[in-house]
Amino acid sequence: MTILLGILEEGLIYAIMALGVYITYKILDFPDLSVDGTFPLGAALTAGLIVKGIPPAAALPLSFLAGAIAGCITGLIHVKCRVRDLFSGIIVMTALYSVNLRIAGMRANLPFLSQDTIFDNEWTRNQVPDPIKPYILVLILAAITIICKLLLDWYLGTRSGYLLQAAGDNDTLVTSLAMDKGLVKVIGLSIANGFAALAGGILAQKQAFFDISIGTGTMVFGLASVILGTQLFKRFSMVRTTTAVIAGAILYKACVAFVISIRIVKATDLKLITAAILLLILVISDSLKRKGAHPHVGA
Amino acid sequence: MLELKNINKYYNAGTVNEMCLFRDFNLKIGEGEFVSVVGSNGSGKTTLLNLICGSIPLDSGTILIGRENITKMPEYKRQRRIGRVYQNPAMGTCPNMTILENMALADTKGKSFNLLPGTNKARIDFYRDQLKTLGLGLEDKLQVKVGVLSGGQRQAMALLMSTMTPIEFLILDEHTAALDPKTAETIMELTDKIVQAKHLTTIMVTHNLRFAVEYGNRLLMMHQGETVMDKKAEEKAATRIVDILAMFNEISIECGN
Ligand SMILES: Nc1ncnc2c1ncn2[C@@H]1O[C@H](COP(=O)(O)OP(=O)(O)O)[C@@H](O)[C@H]1O
Ligand SMILES: [Mg+2]
Repeated sequence: MTILLGILEEGLIYAIMALGVYITYKILDFPDLSVDGTFPLGAALTAGLIVKGIPPAAALPLSFLAGAIAGCITGLIHVKCRVRDLFSGIIVMTALYSVNLRIAGMRANLPFLSQDTIFDNEWTRNQVPDPIKPYILVLILAAITIICKLLLDWYLGTRSGYLLQAAGDNDTLVTSLAMDKGLVKVIGLSIANGFAALAGGILAQKQAFFDISIGTGTMVFGLASVILGTQLFKRFSMVRTTTAVIAGAILYKACVAFVISIRIVKATDLKLITAAILLLILVISDSLKRKGAHPHVGA
Repeated sequence: MLELKNINKYYNAGTVNEMCLFRDFNLKIGEGEFVSVVGSNGSGKTTLLNLICGSIPLDSGTILIGRENITKMPEYKRQRRIGRVYQNPAMGTCPNMTILENMALADTKGKSFNLLPGTNKARIDFYRDQLKTLGLGLEDKLQVKVGVLSGGQRQAMALLMSTMTPIEFLILDEHTAALDPKTAETIMELTDKIVQAKHLTTIMVTHNLRFAVEYGNRLLMMHQGETVMDKKAEEKAATRIVDILAMFNEISIECGN
């Protein structure tokens, strides 16, 4: 049961980041590596703010904002300096490593175990009935993730959201609509990295510490969730892609946890497993695609 | 009025492949003119349209709309008053969005792409009526993704979308070339109908000499970055396909073929 809860908790946190990767990778077709820097950016900022006594709930929108600014910089590097998409992300990701250390006060980790967080505060300690207490983490996380999903769904249905989808689908049309396609990309990257930083901030609050290494493999997790989710729910047109991405994140977390639970695998192998499972997902989804492309083979 | 003054355009400047396509090129297109542009491959027709729309930079010269100098205006800003349909039907629509969403996108051109709902429900009947004019039955497929439509259907939508909001110029680059003869005919007739109804100043590049002769009120022939034939009004009306063919032959003899 605790294992299951753990999977749900981490899956829901990473799902928020995966919603961001869905925007860049799936909608904009932009391989954005800056999430590997903005996820820990959110964590560092949240830790720094909480240590300074800022209310934990207020740290979250601020994390989103910081991530959005970083994403905006990735976008501007790409659009204004004409740097290739992949490089823009790598540049920001690398630069953020130092920025994150600075935010955390020149240190690679910053615990704040004695401070209140959105999960551990006066309300969760005293007001929440005992039978619910073991589930309070999951409940709070589910609420936050669903709010993020609904906000993204709403945004994608607005005029601005339509334009974002058009930018990924056919950016010539964006120009034909007399809009600056570069600006649209910048907006998309901002929102995406805002989600990544928000997720990082939430993870930091759950663990009650910041560690510089939590960013490694963020992109891999995001990609795996998006691909797994969209592939699995492709046939169900009623399921929104955002829902599929969240399900993908939880499933992916479950896969990783399952492999880790095998005895010969060590916890230190985590990133190796994460990468290997992504590879597996890519290979399987590609072979499914090939099969789908020739429906009459052998008929 | 659209005016190109002393345009110079080089490709691959500063390399061994340097090529001067337009040298001191001039062209004036009056309001309400419907110009058909013909010419051999590589004569510079697409480049001309790209220069007008700002898709590629020019080396020197001036482009004016009325009295306004738009030479330095970025492409997307020029598109405010321009509608453009490309040869490739895929360029004018979003394949992963539905017909309705595509129509709504086109309808928002010139307005603010803000946080209002992407599709204004009150406009759906208007979109249906617009689609009905195509006669392709698309009005009953509003929720279908544009990517599954045929090239002809997509091009028809692209034409509709590019002319839905108020524009001054319509730029067509071989917009019927990728279509079968019947569909090409339909799209051409529809183009003419829209141009007449909205009084659009139009530049249409085509390899279909019959279209060039039958439609429009001015005919340009391009060759190696120059206009070698420019017929207006009655002179255009009197021009036959054989006249154009004769001119084509003359050009290729000059080239030594
Ligand atoms: N991007 C480019 N780089 C180099 N040369 C080009 C480029 N685009 C067009 N050209 C050259 O310019 C000439 C005119 O091309 P284009 O305007 O496409 O002709 P058309 O549309 O009349 O067939 C051709 O000789 C072509 O090879
Ligand atoms: Mg051409």
